[in-house]
Amino acid sequence: MLEIAGLEAGYGGFRALHGVALTVRAGEAVAVVGPNGAGKTTLMRVISGLLAPVAGRLAFEGADLAAVPPHRIVERGIAHVPENRRLFPRLSVEENLRMGAFAPASRPHFTERLEWVYSLFPRMRERRAQLAGTMSGGEQQMCAIGRALMSKPKLLLMDEPSAGLAPVIVDQVFDLVRRIRQEGFTVLIVEQNVRQVLELVDRAYVLEVGTIRRSGSAAALQADPAIREAYLGI
Amino acid sequence: MDIFLVEAIVNGLLLGGVLALLALGLNLIFGVIDVVWIAYAELVMCGMYAIYWLHTYYGVPLPAAAVIAVLFVALLGVLVHKLIIAPILGSAPINQLLATGGLLFFLQSFATLLFGADFRNVGLRLPIIEVGEIFVSFARLLAFGVALVGMVGLWLFLKRTYIGIAIRAIAQDREVMILMGVDPQRVYLVTSAIGGGLAGLAAALLVLQYDVHPSIGLSFGPITFMICVLGGLGSMIGGFVAAFIMSQIIAIGGFYTSIELSYVLAFLLFIVMIFVRPQGIFGGRS
Repeated sequence: MLEIAGLEAGYGGFRALHGVALTVRAGEAVAVVGPNGAGKTTLMRVISGLLAPVAGRLAFEGADLAAVPPHRIVERGIAHVPENRRLFPRLSVEENLRMGAFAPASRPHFTERLEWVYSLFPRMRERRAQLAGTMSGGEQQMCAIGRALMSKPKLLLMDEPSAGLAPVIVDQVFDLVRRIRQEGFTVLIVEQNVRQVLELVDRAYVLEVGTIRRSGSAAALQADPAIREAYLGI
Repeated sequence: MDIFLVEAIVNGLLLGGVLALLALGLNLIFGVIDVVWIAYAELVMCGMYAIYWLHTYYGVPLPAAAVIAVLFVALLGVLVHKLIIAPILGSAPINQLLATGGLLFFLQSFATLLFGADFRNVGLRLPIIEVGEIFVSFARLLAFGVALVGMVGLWLFLKRTYIGIAIRAIAQDREVMILMGVDPQRVYLVTSAIGGGLAGLAAALLVLQYDVHPSIGLSFGPITFMICVLGGLGSMIGGFVAAFIMSQIIAIGGFYTSIELSYVLAFLLFIVMIFVRPQGIFGGRS
């Protein structure tokens, strides 16, 4: 579904990604793990068009993504839950969800998808008139995921969904991700919380200083001594 | 209470409606695009001349001329964005102030070239209505009513439509807007068209009460900016409330002193506010 090869990207003179190669097949959940500053967020930003790559191939369902204007990426079926949630704080929850359905193809389905998101996250229905910025971190994460789901994406990108949340809430957020998987979405998730994310994905890539160091099935990585030492603290 | 004071308050309220409309347009553009259109009141002047010209030279009925003027000034708004703002969007605020300030002088001079410096009017004399013992000009009442309808229409647009919500959202997070599938340039153009359209609507309401001349913008421009700053630049509700505060100061101050002195009072309040609460009554943004 998503194929990336030889990807180079950065900001100004700083090169954050060096020859990154990565694939996501339809129906899979794939994680990109690694320490802070490894380039994980940069990778997500390149896929969703916020940052233009310097070199490399970026194909989604066979079509070149780099040729698509950034605001057209969501129409192709890629939705991005950005780092730190990035809700519109002074819009209500429902208005935030409405913005998730901005693409012309999504608008006719707004009501049914809103019902669907509310059934996935009943808390959002209770809070629908509340300003998004006044909710707790966990609720904001629900709203951010719901907003991305409103476009009914083929591929859901999630950037550090557990960041900045209390441990109890982190468990809840990973439960949410698990439910989204059960709904049949293809997910590419970036996480620092390696132990928990490896519990819920099929495969993972280890990104360090802009380069893929290791990749494999979640089970294989969990068993890998180097990974256990560096990321799982065992 | 003194019946003349009541009349002054009512007149202030009616004036406030049109000022609120102008402040709303200016605030909308500032809130979304982060640019102050110094020449905003000059767009109103263009609209007033358009109505005058269509009505006097071509005999277009006033309501039709008003509709054309709204569309014409909306188009001017789009042109202002495309030709002047878009090329310097990322540059220092002073450049944007100078560019739209330059537009102000351009439009004033252009109007003088086309129409001369004479005061012109559409030759319409609307009646004065007596309500109780108060005399109210029908033109002002009409202007107030239409301005309110215009503002309610704008509010519904910003609350109910996709592009309207996007207009409110874009200043909160420009980058995430792109992830939602929104082209920021399109939002800016729609906002500029609405800002222009509101100036056109204000023109249609003001041309019923005032003569048009090339520097008419100076009668409304400064007070509109003061209202926007008083309410908190970019704050719609703040601008709305501040419009009525300002118009009451002018009306009640004018009743107790003189109309000239009342403007001095309004400016004094403005200066005091700048020292006491520079972010404005409802301003949260720094």
